[in-house]
Amino acid sequence: MHPKRKKRLTLILFMVLGVGSAVGLLMYSLSQNINLFMTPTQIATGEAPVGRTIRAGGLVEPGTVVRDDSGLGVRFVVTDGQSEVTIAYDGILPDLFREGQGIVAMGKLGEDGVFVASEVLAKHDENYMPPEVQEALDKAHKDGKQALEEARY
Amino acid sequence: MTNLSGMLPEFGQLALIFALLVAAVQMVVPLVGVRRGQAWLMAYARPLASAQALFLIISLVILAYCFVVDDFSVAYVAKNSNTALPTAYKISAVWGAHEGSLLLWVTMLGCWGLAVAWFSQSLPLDMVARVLSIMGMVSVGFILFTLETSNPFDRNLPSMPQEGADLNPLLQDFGLIVHPPTLYMGYVGLSVVFAFALAALLGGRLDAAWARWSRPWTIAAWVFLTLGIALGSWWAYYELGWGGWWFWDPVENASLMPWLVATALLHSLAVTEKRGLFKSWTVLLAIFAFSLSLLGTFLVRSGVLTSVHAFASDPERGVFILALLGICVGGSLLLYAIKAPTVASVGRYEWVSRESFLLLNNLLLLVAAFAILLGTLYPLIIDFMGMGKLSVGAAWFNFMFVPISVLLALVIALGAMARWKADDLKRLGSETVAAMVAAVLLGLAVPLLADGTMNWQVLLGMGISFWLIGATLLDVWKKARGRLNRIPQLGMSYLGMVLAHIGVAITIIGVTMVSNYSIEVSARMAKGDTETLGDYRFEFVDAGHIEGPNFVSDAIRFRVYDGERQIALLQPEKRRYNASGSIMTEAAIDVSLLRDVYVSMGEPLADGAWGIRLQVKPFMRWVWLGAIFMSLGGLMAMLDKRYRQRKNAPNNAVQASTAQEVTA
Repeated sequence: MHPKRKKRLTLILFMVLGVGSAVGLLMYSLSQNINLFMTPTQIATGEAPVGRTIRAGGLVEPGTVVRDDSGLGVRFVVTDGQSEVTIAYDGILPDLFREGQGIVAMGKLGEDGVFVASEVLAKHDENYMPPEVQEALDKAHKDGKQALEEARY
Repeated sequence: MTNLSGMLPEFGQLALIFALLVAAVQMVVPLVGVRRGQAWLMAYARPLASAQALFLIISLVILAYCFVVDDFSVAYVAKNSNTALPTAYKISAVWGAHEGSLLLWVTMLGCWGLAVAWFSQSLPLDMVARVLSIMGMVSVGFILFTLETSNPFDRNLPSMPQEGADLNPLLQDFGLIVHPPTLYMGYVGLSVVFAFALAALLGGRLDAAWARWSRPWTIAAWVFLTLGIALGSWWAYYELGWGGWWFWDPVENASLMPWLVATALLHSLAVTEKRGLFKSWTVLLAIFAFSLSLLGTFLVRSGVLTSVHAFASDPERGVFILALLGICVGGSLLLYAIKAPTVASVGRYEWVSRESFLLLNNLLLLVAAFAILLGTLYPLIIDFMGMGKLSVGAAWFNFMFVPISVLLALVIALGAMARWKADDLKRLGSETVAAMVAAVLLGLAVPLLADGTMNWQVLLGMGISFWLIGATLLDVWKKARGRLNRIPQLGMSYLGMVLAHIGVAITIIGVTMVSNYSIEVSARMAKGDTETLGDYRFEFVDAGHIEGPNFVSDAIRFRVYDGERQIALLQPEKRRYNASGSIMTEAAIDVSLLRDVYVSMGEPLADGAWGIRLQVKPFMRWVWLGAIFMSLGGLMAMLDKRYRQRKNAPNNAVQASTAQEVTA
């Protein structure tokens, strides 16, 4: 083979191998690092993995927000209209966290069924509904909007 | 008179329609001129580009005027402004939402066209005609998109609201006045580079001259992108209220991807200009860079990010941009496929040479961009296929971005100092021994001095930064042959590169330190309470109310002590905006080169206590300082005198020969 072609071939092989292994590594690590979203119903039925970082969300059930007397601990219940899950969090809640609001929490589900959140997200818009939460509401038996109305009172 | 001013929004829309018509003519006439070899038709390109820019600017100014005079008959103004809004924010509200952002986007596109028309005196006429014609095509697509799906001049008639709904409070801030225009300048500036690449493909003239014309434009767009990304990060840091400065949020990723590819393009262009190599690769990068900035626009503007279902519920915009993206990427790749095989790169280089190092740097940058693309699109694809909802955590992005950055920083210094064609690893090694030793020693010293434990991330981050700075400075010293006064003679281009590379190191230092040594505590505090964090003591002095122009806020005064010495008086606020009722956290930050002290308020608790978040973030400023260095470096490189040569400048054989082709 012509030495110039040979060099070009080596270069191309090197690049294909490099890019291939890079993509393989990326995909593998990606599959290890995704955070699944679980609805309260999925958590209630035991579908959600225990002890692995997942995201969970729903509407904050009015009257369930309980703060510790000292410190920043807080517990509240989120619902998708069918099932409920208790979320425990220690820290500062976002500006738009309030009862009836749709929220998404990132954290781990404990053996006792309490979801321990490391982060609570609520978007900066009064009317914004996290898409995951909207879908969870839709999925639950009750109509999503109806649940939203009821939850707001 | 009142009638006329009442019709101003119509004039704005009319100007936009005129701009569309002019752009359509600009797209066709100069190309016809090129095809027929008629110079008088090609000569229309420049005045048409100027006219298009003028109409777009008129349109944008009218929209801004509607905001300033609170013309709530314009639906976009009513949705995004309010009589109580300070005037500066009324003007920045122009680009506070979708419709106005697009108008700004196309206006900037027009202005880049104007700049090309003005600063292309040394370019052959057929090249100018092709470039401006391609920019005209992009303009037509986006002005049409604006008029069809997102007209900012739509009216609320006959029943106009008495009061506007207000600008999103998050956006009522200096950062938002400057961040989007800067970023858009970068995004849109890549269209010039794209147009240059396609024009060169069309004309079959992918040569050193083409690379030299493209370089200053690429650098200009890149400088804006760099500053835009840094401003966005800075804005998020102080405005979102919890001290994060990079979230791997899809919108941020959308700006980082074109930046990475544009950075690769800059370096590939250097090889094409100096050595006539990598030609088709350079063209491909130019296409990728602009396509990614269009993809960014699509991701941000179509609604797919909030949900693929939001896209389905308002498909008009999304489908339109997707079609534009398809035409643009598909068309340019098709042209590339047809024309690129005829382009031969001549010249050889060895495995160890500047060419190879620059190629490696290109590959690393592209792998990084690709990985970010993958992480950004993966959840959308999975969701689209109905396979569930998931998100890719920041941990993954860090996991893949950090090693690539380390490798990249290793290669940067070598690429800058290696010789073209062939070099010797031993030579490179022996000349940088001092930098290597310093890097290892300082890399070891920093974590030990910081907290006495060996942190390999810090070791790596600091080591790599010191290596980059050391090797770069050694190279400057060698090229100046050990004389300080010879440094200015090394050329603006080279010195700009040095500055930019040192900027990369500064950013890496900032990222390493702030990621590893930031400390924070969330505490319940009431009047008189103190809290200690690291070397600092925070005292809750008192709480009060503040009346702003369009908000009321609860504010707390904190005294911050370092030992017994008071170093700052900080006053974070919790604002409630009157018009929308939105709650906003205003953090208070004490800034210094070596650390930021960051205090923000959470929620009010019982008995006048508040949830308070206290943070100390070492070297925070360095993250953005590095970006400033990079931008300054880019600016210096743009000012290099070889980009300002006129047609009659000496030893300019390439341009002389192309000028002959045109007249022939």
